[in-house]
Amino acid sequence: MTSTTIHAATNGDPALRFYDLGGEHHPENGTMLGFWLYLMSDCLVFAVLFAMYGVLGGSYAAGPSPKELFDLPLVAVNTSMLLLSSITYGFAMLEMARSRKAATLVWLAITGLFGLAFVSLELYEFHHLIHEGAGPQRSAFLSAFFTLVGTHGLHVSFGIVWLVTLMVQVSQRGFTVENRRRLNCLSLFWHFLDVVWIGVFTFVYLMGVLR
Amino acid sequence: MSATQGGQDSRHVHGHDHGHAHADGAGHGTLKGYVIGFLLSVVLTAIPFWLVMGEVFDDKQATTLIILGFAAVQMLVHMVFFLHMNTRSEGGWNMLALIFTLVLVVITLSGSLWVMYHMNSNMMPMSVHDMRNMP
Repeated sequence: MTSTTIHAATNGDPALRFYDLGGEHHPENGTMLGFWLYLMSDCLVFAVLFAMYGVLGGSYAAGPSPKELFDLPLVAVNTSMLLLSSITYGFAMLEMARSRKAATLVWLAITGLFGLAFVSLELYEFHHLIHEGAGPQRSAFLSAFFTLVGTHGLHVSFGIVWLVTLMVQVSQRGFTVENRRRLNCLSLFWHFLDVVWIGVFTFVYLMGVLR
Repeated sequence: MSATQGGQDSRHVHGHDHGHAHADGAGHGTLKGYVIGFLLSVVLTAIPFWLVMGEVFDDKQATTLIILGFAAVQMLVHMVFFLHMNTRSEGGWNMLALIFTLVLVVITLSGSLWVMYHMNSNMMPMSVHDMRNMP
């Protein structure tokens, strides 16, 4: 038993050494870099939407102002949902590094639930605003608001769809190299959306109430 | 069988990672890193909300500058602790793309705000009468 282990280890060693010497320092495939470039272009999309909100955010057309509309306690709860989902995704990645399938799936599910809570609260807020007559057609400020916050919410919704898809993939096929790569990509996406949300709650909600 | 397969996969990936240190872009976080990042971002979120909801300062301009500062720091915290950004990942291309994007974001945001603000304030004043007879 011991001899076979040693045999296997020495057998595996040349393969490892081959990897070490053979590789000039470039990545095996460019997926992670490519996905990062996608995120950066997405960042530009949000930058344009932020710029639009910055320009139009004061044009109320004699309609309601942010101070009358925004419910900061609700936004605070929403923000904490997204923050909690960020750390639970981190826990899922840590469990993936230890190749523990069940624990990874549990953390992914919790992440998805927090994401779902975030989207639900946002939809509730939108419904409430439209019900009060402060829909996207009311003023330039509200059009810009719904476009910016809605685009972010749409990203989170697609993130949840992606998350559920990967949970099915992992539960059926386990941690293959492809699934690990996909989970890494979703990790970047999910945390990136949290970074954008920092901009949203500061620039739109908090500064809107201050205005 | 599938468990063995998973084990081999993980060892393969592990060995690969040792070959190219952090070459796969997404660095590997630690529990400590995630917890520190989370605690920092809770504090950095709570303070701006408290400043605005509690109306701590009378000066709105000062409050605005402070919460923008907090947002910038929190974005940095997320970049480092959650997105695992560093200058080495993907041979520096990740960082280069980020810097390029940041330059574009700053130009877009400051340019739009600056130009549109001056367009608004330099626009000829329009009376209600003019507005009614607009083409």
